[in-house]
Amino acid sequence: MALRSKTFRESYYEDIKLFQTIWSRFWMAIFCVILATLPLWGNPYIVFLINLSCIAVVAALGLNLLVGYTGQISIAHAAFVAIGAYTTAILSSKVGLPFWFCLLASGVLSGAIGCALGFPCLRLKGLYLAMATMSFSVVVEHVLITWEKVTGGVRGIHVQKISIFGFPLDSDNKILYFLLILTALMILGIKNLVRTRVGRAFIAIRDRDIAAEVIGVNITVYKVMAFTISSFVAGISGAMYAYTMGYVHPEHFTVLLSIQYLAMIIVGGLGTILGSVFGAVFIVLVPEMIKALFRFLAFLIPVLKGKYSEEWNIATFGLLIILFLIFEAEGLNGIWRRIKNSFKNWPFTY
Amino acid sequence: MEKTILHFFQLFASGIAVGCLYALIALGFVLIIKATDILNFAHGEIIMISALLCYFLITKFHFSFLSAAALTIVIAALLGVLTERVILRPMLGEPIFSVIMITIGLSIFLRSLAGITFGHDNYVFPSPFPKEPVHIGGITLSMTQIWVIICTALLVAVFFIFFKYSRMGLAMRGTANDQEAALLMGISTKRVFAMVWAISFVSAAIAGIFLANIMVVNIGLTFTAISAFPAIILGGLESIPGAIIGGLAIGVIENLVGGYLDPVIGGGVKDVTPFVVLFLILMFKPYGLFGKEEIERV
Repeated sequence: MALRSKTFRESYYEDIKLFQTIWSRFWMAIFCVILATLPLWGNPYIVFLINLSCIAVVAALGLNLLVGYTGQISIAHAAFVAIGAYTTAILSSKVGLPFWFCLLASGVLSGAIGCALGFPCLRLKGLYLAMATMSFSVVVEHVLITWEKVTGGVRGIHVQKISIFGFPLDSDNKILYFLLILTALMILGIKNLVRTRVGRAFIAIRDRDIAAEVIGVNITVYKVMAFTISSFVAGISGAMYAYTMGYVHPEHFTVLLSIQYLAMIIVGGLGTILGSVFGAVFIVLVPEMIKALFRFLAFLIPVLKGKYSEEWNIATFGLLIILFLIFEAEGLNGIWRRIKNSFKNWPFTY
Repeated sequence: MEKTILHFFQLFASGIAVGCLYALIALGFVLIIKATDILNFAHGEIIMISALLCYFLITKFHFSFLSAAALTIVIAALLGVLTERVILRPMLGEPIFSVIMITIGLSIFLRSLAGITFGHDNYVFPSPFPKEPVHIGGITLSMTQIWVIICTALLVAVFFIFFKYSRMGLAMRGTANDQEAALLMGISTKRVFAMVWAISFVSAAIAGIFLANIMVVNIGLTFTAISAFPAIILGGLESIPGAIIGGLAIGVIENLVGGYLDPVIGGGVKDVTPFVVLFLILMFKPYGLFGKEEIERV
């Protein structure tokens, strides 16, 4: 990493600090202020998009921990988000428990099931792991549809509006703060996790598992831990989804959503926190960009008028995965870092 | 007693017919895995696109069944070569995750493009086979099912002869066995890879055309390929006989479980069974029946 001149590090502690310079702290503070005052100046639709982004960011973080940091392929992430969302929906609407309990229960249940999936998946790698997680995802989807007594089947469940200690969060503007705080907590938590011993163990397993075992990383423990934490985070994201949307349905959590999460971390950058954030926000905004593109094209070519459909979004996700993998393996995070470095070193090239 | 045995054989026979299709799909997967170590997640999309293409060639452009099928197969082969050249070749030497993800990306890309061009309606394929079912010793099979069994058997024989006796087949086996040694022997591995993708897509197209005869033609046909995963896992990823035996076995198991458990537990068990089997195989015998065992102690 290129350093700004006159920045010196004198200890390892400084090397792994969360905010390296006073400037990064400064920009972060400005960014937080902008987000916090959003309802004052942004229109409701932007607030809604930011809400969606927060949910996606948390889910992408969980997936990136498992796929980007630990190197375990999972096509079952949407299943864990679904488990979290349904736990919250059932506990809050049918049982009537308070939000903090639902939130924790979503995370813990999802994490427990992730742990249970992690054990049998210990033996599998690459292709086999991809297929095993994919079949798990199919089974979860099937259970959601057929276990009508609990999940409501294809009718879905309406979720009660969240209220925090008697204070109802009944609009997008109010729920924004709830989501922002949770997202910030999750980002900080994961960021802290990956700079500790545990995070280094994950990276060692990703880079060469046999070598990791030889230098004393307990692969069994850490792989299962990665699965558990990843699905815990996914469960929290699911709870956020249930509260924000107010409705959960099996159709929302198909394998396609898992692929969408994978697209987020590929587009953002594998194995980076900032990448998960970039990717999640980008993928959430893609449908908006395509809608805008279609509106623009309809001006030029009248035939295209009204031809927009959801399918174009999915096609774009697929295309983005392919293009980023071929041309920019480091993702948006890589592009961002290169731009930043060229500014830092200006007028020199390096 | 007599009736229960007959019921069993009926389920078994229709299981074989379904299994033949699984075997055909599995064959397409295994060919690519064997030569290039890539699991092509976009296989189902090729099946679906071929079925839809064949349907539209017959109904919109008034081709006869055979010429439409032939044209579909040729287009599938070209698509295979194109996919290899444009998408998979830049991925040579990349980590396995990237290779898996790029085929998944291709799969959802093709699926939604097909949705945009062909629409989401259900079509009924104008089947060229006679409608009357055939009775063989108390077992009833449709003409289509019998043709599926015959064609799969023929194709497997053709593939066997191709791999065993032709020059290209030998080159393919050599490449699958050891890529570098094949290069040193003067085999053009690039051409081999292109050929492998073309052949795999052709087998997908044939499976697609048959599926169109049995099922409703729509975008959902892609998921039949996912149901063939258990078959390739059961047979072992790198084994062609394994793919065929695995396909037949999964077809029979699925039909038997569906026939006996559906009335007890309720509908839908049939569709999940292959995945439960897949999970069990991965747990207890990850390399399948005939797969190459890579022993690694970690």
